[in-house]
Amino acid sequence: MRAGFTALLALCLGVVLAFLAIPIVALFTEVPLGDVPSLLGDPAVRDALAVTARTNAIANGAILLVGTPAAYLVATRRFPGRALVITLIELPLVLPPAVAGIGLLAAFGAGGLLGGAFVLPFTEWAVVLAVVFVASPFYLRQAISAFESVDPTLHDAARTLGASPARTFARIALPLAASGLVAGWVLAFARGIGEFGATIVFAGNVRGETSTLTLTIYEQLEASFDVALSIGILLVVLSAVVLLSYKLLSWRRSSSTSPTSFARSSSAPA
Amino acid sequence: MWFDSARRIDRAPDRRSVGLVFQEYALFPHLTVAANVAFGGASQARVGELLERFRIGHLAREKPTRLSGGERQRVAVARALGRDPQVLLLDEPLSALDAHTRAAVREELADILAAQRIPTLMVTHDFLDASTLADRVGVIRDGRLHQIGRPEELTAHPADEFVASLTGGNLLHGEAEGTRVTLDDGTVIEVAEPARGRVGVAVYPWEIAVTSRPPAAGNVLAGTVGAITPDRGRTRVRVGPLVAEVGTADGLERGARAYASFAPGSARVIR
Repeated sequence: MRAGFTALLALCLGVVLAFLAIPIVALFTEVPLGDVPSLLGDPAVRDALAVTARTNAIANGAILLVGTPAAYLVATRRFPGRALVITLIELPLVLPPAVAGIGLLAAFGAGGLLGGAFVLPFTEWAVVLAVVFVASPFYLRQAISAFESVDPTLHDAARTLGASPARTFARIALPLAASGLVAGWVLAFARGIGEFGATIVFAGNVRGETSTLTLTIYEQLEASFDVALSIGILLVVLSAVVLLSYKLLSWRRSSSTSPTSFARSSSAPA
Repeated sequence: MWFDSARRIDRAPDRRSVGLVFQEYALFPHLTVAANVAFGGASQARVGELLERFRIGHLAREKPTRLSGGERQRVAVARALGRDPQVLLLDEPLSALDAHTRAAVREELADILAAQRIPTLMVTHDFLDASTLADRVGVIRDGRLHQIGRPEELTAHPADEFVASLTGGNLLHGEAEGTRVTLDDGTVIEVAEPARGRVGVAVYPWEIAVTSRPPAAGNVLAGTVGAITPDRGRTRVRVGPLVAEVGTADGLERGARAYASFAPGSARVIR
């Protein structure tokens, strides 16, 4: 009976692994790997690569620059409506990307809520906005918990040593939360590179302007399946690197010493 | 320091001239010992001087996590002094340590504080910490100051029952009539000073002798021997309501009858 149950569990795990691995394996077997570099040399792919790199660089820069201080505020202060703020930050995580896209269109579109001042849809800036919208919650959530896990007495200690709140943030909170911040950023980065739904609704698919790698996969399905597959391989490799660095970071973080767990040695002079 | 009397406002924490040593030391784990001490703005030379003074110069490049309790405490005090504060605050500086380390670190801290010419205020729950480290001890309970004085004054004349028990005394209760007190169990004892009415009587363990035969003189309380606890070369023996601290517990056995005796001068009346 017991051996049978374990076998059943193993069988289920086998099914899960096979199901998850098959599409990845198929990506690599359906196109001759030697052809991948030349396929990626396709002008459409080069344009998509440039758009993706540019838009994500700007989006990630904005997420880090504005998101970090915002997360620090939420993590270190208690204020009325804090739970609501956190819920609002987390909302895009569960929002269907197409809804995010239509929302952005309603807000920044020509006849939209803020649409009068500038024309955003179907430009590169629309891609940036879409990426920021869907990816920033991944960073913010992780950053809040990273700042929360910094021992508040270290903050107090810095203040008694004459450090202003800004200096305390820069010298104490930021370095101690750094590995958590990077882990959050890795997640946001991966989400941003993979962004599709909100972008296609809000930014459309204009080559060299808003056509990112994921949008190009969709576009190339009919034009050249091999090009689509090659982009797929590129993104799988990128995702694997991202996942691996995230694992490495969280492993380093859990094995490195936390602020309070000092060595229990007692080599005090007798 | 806290309050700017010229401007009549409380100062922000980073503008107060107070050196604070935190309960768990709150050393910055990502900075070296030298960087911790330098955090308050001390010059390179000043940091070197502090590290030497506290005998932690060889640890300058270590991270705090690698230090022992005593070493961490020295770093914390050095860091607090790095700003040349006008007053030093110690928040339960010994409570983070295990009992073994604690005695050594306590003495070390006493030496350090004696060498600093700076007013120091320390919070502790342990009278031994207070009596070892402080010139004056204030006993605060529920936000009220019960007594303030030199440690030996507190032991010699505890102001109330709380101070008496904090300083380690046994407490007895009874009715006083001059220098005679009839305890609640009916025993009559002689006390140091005359009083009248309901009183407490404090007797310290080290002023009590324990014998298996009734002694000839002094105040005697007969009782059954309870726990016998060896404690740093002395032995603590419970006899009836009293704990005595004796050199040797030879001839005493748990459950046997014994006599605890103390001089009238050791029986301090607490009103």
